[in-house]
Amino acid sequence: MDSNQPKGIGFVIGASSVGTLIEWYDFYIFGMLATIISKQFFPEDSGTSALLSTLAIFAAGFIVRPFGALVFGRLGDLIGRKHTFLLTLILMGGSTFAIGLVPGFKTIGWWAPVLVLVLRLLQGLALGGEYGGAATYVAEHAPPLRRGYWTSWIQTTATLGLFLALGVIILVREAQGIEKFSAEWGGWRYPFWISLLLVLVSIIIRMRMKESPMFAKAKAEGKTSTNPLKESFGHRANFKMVLLALFGAVMGQGVIWYTGQFYAQSFIENVCRVNFVQSRNIILIAILLATPGFIFFGWLSDKYGRKWIMLLGMLLGVLCYRPIFGAFLKDTDTKVWMVNENKIEKPLLKRPTVKTDTSTSIEKGIIILSHQDSDWVYQGNTFNIKKTDTLLMEPDGFTIYPPLSALAEKDSDWANRKFQLKKDKQPVITNIELNSARKWKFIFLVWLMIVFVTMVYGPIAAFLVELFPTKIRYTSMSLPYHIGNGVFGGLVPFLGTLIVEFTKTKTNPGGDPLAGLWYPIGIAALCFIIGAVYLPNKIDKDVMD
Amino acid sequence: MNTVKKFLGIVWMLLAPLVVGLLAWQAADKISKATELTKANVALQWVIIMVVFIPICAGFFIFGYYSFKNYYDHLPQSSAEITDY
Repeated sequence: MDSNQPKGIGFVIGASSVGTLIEWYDFYIFGMLATIISKQFFPEDSGTSALLSTLAIFAAGFIVRPFGALVFGRLGDLIGRKHTFLLTLILMGGSTFAIGLVPGFKTIGWWAPVLVLVLRLLQGLALGGEYGGAATYVAEHAPPLRRGYWTSWIQTTATLGLFLALGVIILVREAQGIEKFSAEWGGWRYPFWISLLLVLVSIIIRMRMKESPMFAKAKAEGKTSTNPLKESFGHRANFKMVLLALFGAVMGQGVIWYTGQFYAQSFIENVCRVNFVQSRNIILIAILLATPGFIFFGWLSDKYGRKWIMLLGMLLGVLCYRPIFGAFLKDTDTKVWMVNENKIEKPLLKRPTVKTDTSTSIEKGIIILSHQDSDWVYQGNTFNIKKTDTLLMEPDGFTIYPPLSALAEKDSDWANRKFQLKKDKQPVITNIELNSARKWKFIFLVWLMIVFVTMVYGPIAAFLVELFPTKIRYTSMSLPYHIGNGVFGGLVPFLGTLIVEFTKTKTNPGGDPLAGLWYPIGIAALCFIIGAVYLPNKIDKDVMD
Repeated sequence: MNTVKKFLGIVWMLLAPLVVGLLAWQAADKISKATELTKANVALQWVIIMVVFIPICAGFFIFGYYSFKNYYDHLPQSSAEITDY
């Protein structure tokens, strides 16, 4: 521990963690607002294309992270940890704030998506440099045999950053209402602007920090690296450890993390159709309850070693993902609800306050009637039923007629016309709000998955720090970390969705919703095998070399 | 355990090009089946996947090669073993 530090290890951890937390917050808000961002920055007439483009930008954000790791890792090993992760913080805060300032596609045309893409790439680059710096900085201050515990505080930041981002978005959305929130200059921009304030506070704190004692000593003795990239990846002795870190630990850790937090949220909202607020509440509560696990497993890894705690987390993910996601599906299986409605065994109840919204649209001369019934109840779960009926006008079925609202005034022409109402036989249940018991069951299952995350993620910073020498530590640990998390982990939702697409057939147009899990399960299983066979379980007492 | 590592090294060396081949086959298949409207997006997705995973698979092949050559039989006990080139 450096005696020159003004406030001790608590200050070191606090100052490092706050900055890292803000970087995660900045990174997450973009992904969480992807749907609104796609509408604002891409042409209105191509919804799917816009969403995919945003996803591509999202993926690009993850893919550039390894490049950020190389650029800033090298800088950190050359000029020091403190200045490098100060730089990444400024870059991240600046680009996040700037995203909130970019006018929409309606105002500046194609400049909008281009600017957003560039800023998103800068975000990814900054994040790539941040984590390795913060973890290295804290680890190089931590006393021997306490490194797992102290670095685990840094590990909580990624999850707490998600918590903060979700919390801010929900608060603004609820305060403004969905229409104001989604407008071109609406509330969705506030989380980006708030970032500037958070980053300024963090910069002031970090300015007061001193350089890592190990790096300062190495620099004073002239033992720092002159070419960290070559020494990290150009020499077999170190490169083999980089590969081992990636394939034996971080690759599995990345998919466990992203499946437990991000894929779970997306699945509950989009596949299970639980409403926006409740699906996020489920994740928020689960995260809050599971976060102490990072500290616990970090502490435990100081006693029993990092290896088996991380590998056990991966194994539990491999074994439990399908049953857990299967339970989500079963508990929100709307087909069962509809069958039960028809059998009148467990009838759907319509509340007295039920409100039916009917809207009409005309597509190629055919009038489409959309009914949305609110406040239906099934076993205490409330939901909407959306039916889309079609009104075929005869005899000339393709004549464009005015909307039904205009015809409602007992139009004589309307009354005399023949028409055929084609009723929707497969109404869709949307906007599900689970009853209390089911909600807590979902929270428990998500909590369980986040406990797996804390097992693999809590000890990983200490594990990586101990694997590499001081002079090239920042570079060597940053690259596998960001390939494992940014690429293998970051692409879980993207590849998961793609795998589900493969299972869609004419007879089963919905595909197998659980098929997307084969990607994280396969990667985690492979990583478990490699880790079990190759990884050491030793705790390195002296990283001062 | 060293024999297991050597054997697994062969498995990793075979697995790496297999994954690249599988990805390339899937990419070609999905892009060719895409409609005119979605072709660009499908191609973009697969280009991203290929660009990212080919270098990773190359790294996995090297990992297998190192394993096969017994370079993982002994792991460094101190940083001196890593930095003394």
